[in-house]
Amino acid sequence: MSLDAYLLVGAVLFVCGVICMATKRNGIGVLMGVELVLNGANINFVAFSKYTQLGLDGQIFSLFVIVLAAAEAAVALAIALNFYNNHLTIDVDRASKLKG
Amino acid sequence: MSNALLISAASAPGGNLLFFVFALAACLCAVAVVAAQTVVRMAFWLVLSLGSTAALFFLADADFVGAAQLLIYVGGTLVLLVFGVMLTASGPYLKISTSPGEIVLGSAVALLFLFVVIASISGVNWPAPAVADAGDLQTTAGNTLRPLGLSFLGTRPDLDLADGDQLSPGYLLPFEIVSVHLLVVLIGAAYLARAKRRATGT
Amino acid sequence: MLSGVAKWAFWNAGPRFFFMALRSAMRVLQTVTCLAPCFGMGQSVMMLAAQSIADFLAGITEAIAPGKGLQYVLAAVIHAVLLVHAFALSPAVFIWLERKVAGRIQDRLGPTRVGGLFGWLQSLADGIKLVQKEDLCPPAADSLLFRSAPYFVCVASFAAFMVLPFSHGWVAVAADCGLFIILAILSLEVFGIIMAGYSSGSKWSLFGGMREAAQMVSYEIPLAICALVPVIAAGSLNLGEIGGMQRGGVQNWFILHDPFSFIAFFVYFVVATASCKRAPFDLAEAESELVGGFHTEYSGIRWSFFFMGEYASMFAVCGIASILFLGGWNTGIPPLDDALYTARNASGSDGSAIVGYLANVLGLLVFVSKAFVGVFVQIWLRWTLPRLRIDQVMTTCLKYLVPISCFLFLGATLWPLLLATAAQRSTWTPQPLGARAAAELRESTAATSAPVAEMPVPAVPAVQAQLDARPEGAIQ
Repeated sequence: MSLDAYLLVGAVLFVCGVICMATKRNGIGVLMGVELVLNGANINFVAFSKYTQLGLDGQIFSLFVIVLAAAEAAVALAIALNFYNNHLTIDVDRASKLKG
Repeated sequence: MSNALLISAASAPGGNLLFFVFALAACLCAVAVVAAQTVVRMAFWLVLSLGSTAALFFLADADFVGAAQLLIYVGGTLVLLVFGVMLTASGPYLKISTSPGEIVLGSAVALLFLFVVIASISGVNWPAPAVADAGDLQTTAGNTLRPLGLSFLGTRPDLDLADGDQLSPGYLLPFEIVSVHLLVVLIGAAYLARAKRRATGT
Repeated sequence: MLSGVAKWAFWNAGPRFFFMALRSAMRVLQTVTCLAPCFGMGQSVMMLAAQSIADFLAGITEAIAPGKGLQYVLAAVIHAVLLVHAFALSPAVFIWLERKVAGRIQDRLGPTRVGGLFGWLQSLADGIKLVQKEDLCPPAADSLLFRSAPYFVCVASFAAFMVLPFSHGWVAVAADCGLFIILAILSLEVFGIIMAGYSSGSKWSLFGGMREAAQMVSYEIPLAICALVPVIAAGSLNLGEIGGMQRGGVQNWFILHDPFSFIAFFVYFVVATASCKRAPFDLAEAESELVGGFHTEYSGIRWSFFFMGEYASMFAVCGIASILFLGGWNTGIPPLDDALYTARNASGSDGSAIVGYLANVLGLLVFVSKAFVGVFVQIWLRWTLPRLRIDQVMTTCLKYLVPISCFLFLGATLWPLLLATAAQRSTWTPQPLGARAAAELRESTAATSAPVAEMPVPAVPAVQAQLDARPEGAIQ
């Protein structure tokens, strides 16, 4: 397979994630969009590590991305739970208290 | 070592077919994540998409990354997300629908963005991989576990032996920072999510 | 009279039987077609390692069709068929065993009436019955998730068999990080159960799914840490390598490697029982409180998929235990082990290949019987111990098992240092296992006829050698 095919898959995942983040109003749905975006980036890293001179660095970076995404999901979920406890909903459009 | 060992998974016959199957699965499931109405269905499609991505990692000779993807993402993060869905659902099969205008606007921007990304991908001439003579360290395809572990411990087997005289620092410091970061996140998330008095009314 | 019976049979029983058979056939066909894409994933990943028997097939296929394509396909098909059989047959045996053991412990009769010796046809009769049952989907359920959840469970535990070595070199995917992959795949099973619990649209199922999620997310931590204790001793995550290292006597088994790994075995077994959601940790089904837990709403073949998955993952975790701690396919009798080792590695042309094959078959039997004992103990526990409460399950894990396994992990890392300072040696056995394995690997890679399944390359010793050869000032 060529590098372009991998990059194309990565691009599609990335764009799907962006749409998800932009259109979903459920806070956890937005989080899932973030996961998709990070995965699109991960595919690119792994593909570059195989098909270009990046070597092992690509795999190492994708590992860091996976680990940090897990940490991000844990914190974001804790924030979402707190939001739910205070507002009794998970709709991100309702988080408008700080609006001027 | 016999020559057969060095055939990578992706260059094996059928590797291309497998790539197309999993790439298609990853993309279609990602689209389904966007199209899904309920959050749990989104999680379901996301699991399939990330699982296919893990298979793509296996095909790209990144066994450890693929396994980490399965263990951390699919087995850990997504279970956590579904757990969060269950804890924050005010009724069964919670639906929070988006207005059609927002969907159209979001899709238009995203498609434009996809076009830009594809144009830039096809426009760049990526350099071909250097055929490094790593001597004894020539690993079989996909078995990158030991080089990865050594890099995290501060030596780069692929660079160091190729260059000869200079040892690169590897990724010891980022590795330590990430582990401390994870500990901080663990404590922080437990603190944030601990049971508190629930607000009455909205 | 006789003609009346025949007439009735012709007009009533005949068509009814015919339609029943037709419906069963349709159900089987439907199931197979549903499963095909899911199993396809497992099979196609298996193609990654198909070259291990591709070379073996080279002589046969070269005559028919030159090139490697056919060999890969054949090798993948052989791997897949073998593994599907291992996966499908183990539940049948274990369900029979469960009945017999339960009958013995509770003073009941196990299956005795249904065909064959010791009622071994009971599982088959169950299977036929379950295939025939109506495939219900409750109106409150999310039908897509409800229907696909059993496949998740089934495929996850099936795919775990891909990286499980059944004997020396007999593994579909000889990956360097085999243990990591198998733990990752087994952790996917929980997702199917949460899906089943959530999508059933029933309170009992939801409670079961929630409990399962909480329990599995917690129990994976001590499971992974305990599995790392023998990995420290072995210096490898490759299950085939870990199993091969323990050749030559019971004292080489990792359970006796140091006191910490001895305790780690028992902690691992408890945690593995919990991660298969077996009693006393079967809170997800808890039929006394939750009717059936996550599978309350399921019927027929989908219900049985959950149980196929459960029994197969019981076998998988016990197989991991036997490789990590109990010597894998090694018998534990030094002369026999050595004889089998030489028989396996003899690669002459005159009949010694067949002897090597038979040695591997013996290894397979040893491995399977060790795993079988583990499954038997799990069944024994189920019918002996009462179920814990959910808070007790969580307390057991978070307050006891996690600290204990962390202590074991720390102890296992410090043990070689302690021995080195106290007794000037790194293990209590005459020779450290890792050193011997590395020497053997070096020998086998130096030889021209390296066994194809020996995927790993001794990268660490090589790096060490390179680092040793470097001048002092180079490391800055």
